[in-house]
Amino acid sequence: MPTDVVKTSGVSCQSVTKEFNRGAARVLALQGLNLQISPGELTLIVGPSGCGKTTLISLIAGTLDATSGEISVLGQDLVHMSKREKTTFRARNVGFVFQQFNLLPALTAAENVAVPLVINGWTKAKALERAAVVLKSVGLADRMHFLPAELSGGQQQRVAIARGIVHDPQLLVCDEPTSAIDAKSGQVVMELIRGLALESNRVTMVVTHDQRVFGFADRIVSMDDGRVSGEQRQTPADANHGTEQR
Amino acid sequence: MNWIALKMLTGDQGKYYALICGVTFACLLIAEQSATFCGVMMRTTGLIQDIHGADIWVMNSNVRYLDDLKAISDDAVFRVRGVPGVSWAVNLYRGMGEAQLASGNFQSMILFGVDDASLAGAPIHMVVGKVGDLQIPDSILVDEAGFHYMWPGEPLQAGKVLEMNSHRVVVVGVFRASQTFSTNPIAFTRFSHAILYVPPATRMIPFVLAKSALGLEPADVARRISQQTGLKALSKPDFVWVTMMYYLAHTGVPINFGTTVILGFVIGCAVAGQTFYLFTVENIKQFGTLKAMGLSDRRLVGMILLQSLVVGGIGYGIGVGLATVYGIIARKSFILLSFFLPWQVLAITALAILLISLLSSVFCIRRVLILEPAIVFQGG
Ligand SMILES: Nc1ncnc2c1ncn2[C@@H]1O[C@H](COP(=O)(O)OP(=O)(O)OP(=O)(O)O)[C@@H](O)[C@H]1O
Ligand SMILES: [Mg+2]
Repeated sequence: MPTDVVKTSGVSCQSVTKEFNRGAARVLALQGLNLQISPGELTLIVGPSGCGKTTLISLIAGTLDATSGEISVLGQDLVHMSKREKTTFRARNVGFVFQQFNLLPALTAAENVAVPLVINGWTKAKALERAAVVLKSVGLADRMHFLPAELSGGQQQRVAIARGIVHDPQLLVCDEPTSAIDAKSGQVVMELIRGLALESNRVTMVVTHDQRVFGFADRIVSMDDGRVSGEQRQTPADANHGTEQR
Repeated sequence: MNWIALKMLTGDQGKYYALICGVTFACLLIAEQSATFCGVMMRTTGLIQDIHGADIWVMNSNVRYLDDLKAISDDAVFRVRGVPGVSWAVNLYRGMGEAQLASGNFQSMILFGVDDASLAGAPIHMVVGKVGDLQIPDSILVDEAGFHYMWPGEPLQAGKVLEMNSHRVVVVGVFRASQTFSTNPIAFTRFSHAILYVPPATRMIPFVLAKSALGLEPADVARRISQQTGLKALSKPDFVWVTMMYYLAHTGVPINFGTTVILGFVIGCAVAGQTFYLFTVENIKQFGTLKAMGLSDRRLVGMILLQSLVVGGIGYGIGVGLATVYGIIARKSFILLSFFLPWQVLAITALAILLISLLSSVFCIRRVLILEPAIVFQGG
């Protein structure tokens, strides 16, 4: 792939630093990080705890501001965006999947999935209609009206994935999506994420330290001490093996 | 987003009810204290409220409040009648009389003397007898509380005999009076009798009661009377107001009650604000998630305001309802309780609750606005 394609539709980070000030103490979470990510493939970010993985995807998703460096996401310059522009950017283009699911406990599965659409101005009725379709695609057609507390961890994470892609974002960021659920559910979740990455040609980044899911990746980026320390491309074990979703 | 805000609010029933309880408590406290305050203030003007029929009070220009009795000239009533816009005008006596009971005991009384011919200004809420009985020579009407005070344990009845300033007077009727501060019985008789029943030193005309012509504003007519006669003339509501203001300015009652009302407001603010703030803090992750997903600050603020206004509205409804029920029960249980819940108290309470809701949401809004959306990635 020529590099300009990456710049317009993928993610590009150049000499990115992020410094946290905690009182007098300064923490350099990212120090001159460079990274290019292409759409249509599943990229895993791995590395020891505290190396800056979450900080990195927060910067790319636009929920955090870099201290210095250049970040371009989907052809847009994040560093020079206003706060308001970033908010709109996130609403339109970014899907999130969190370790702790972060579903709204008072909303049913379908209502939770509808939230990003409502944020984007859809009516409640239309959003719920669309949410039902997407929930079906993650195998939860029969759990539509359940509250998060009435679902298993794996099911909750599938609801969260449906919510992450319901508005068809071009960037999907997942932070430790499998570490709060059991191994089998983790496989199901990763299969879903992988399918979604390929199907819509979106930029899909998954932060993980769960070795069992490494096999799903096209590319594994290793980080250490706020920098990219290595990377590896692989032919994924692929989604052929079992698509049983319950 | 409104439906999401409401679901968030009602989703956690425990917190939701705690919030409503907090606001309800604040509302009850403010409404109840204000109503008691109003009740107490109303007592200062009960005697004005009880004079029916006339809508204008005319008095000496130096009079500051109801109990400030100063004489006006005998021809004042004629001068008032001559003012255009005055439908009729009559003298009203008001003074203190000393009554001797059959038992030999003496009892001070607030004595009103109404116009002999028309009986204008006489009480209308009769419990025993009728107002017209005042036409019987040497008759008086006494108020219900006063009757019980003078003849404890006896049933309300006509025919009781008193002696006032060496005149034998007969109680021909009993009426219901508004509450006042004083324990003195209130008596009504005709003007010509009243001046005989009191010591010579207090024989004077303190008030002229007037009625404005149909279609004219009493306050306007009162102003005209003042201009033409040099006397002080006030519409009934204005006289009530002036008297109330006098007590407000010159007694400790308002300060004491005002303090409680303010305390109610502060405690209400603290309780409601605290619960609402806790609610936001406990839901901070949810707000963070919405923020990360691209919900604008403006809409987040809208959600919080909606939540606090809904809680405020419901708390207000229940609180005012409880205050009313309290008032009804309390008034039935202790006659002496002052409780008056006019729409002004409801409005002030509503305003206070609105303020409490807005104040507490300001803290929550601040908290959510400074929230970094990136916190959603932090575990826990
Ligand atoms: N909000 C913050 N304030 C101060 N320091 C922070 C903040 N967020 C992260 N850090 C620091 O930045 C560094 C990188 O943190 P980050 O969360 O990105 O690590 P991570 O690779 O995601 O770790 P883990 O695998 O444990 O989730 C850490 O040293 C952390 O303490
Ligand atoms: Mg992390």
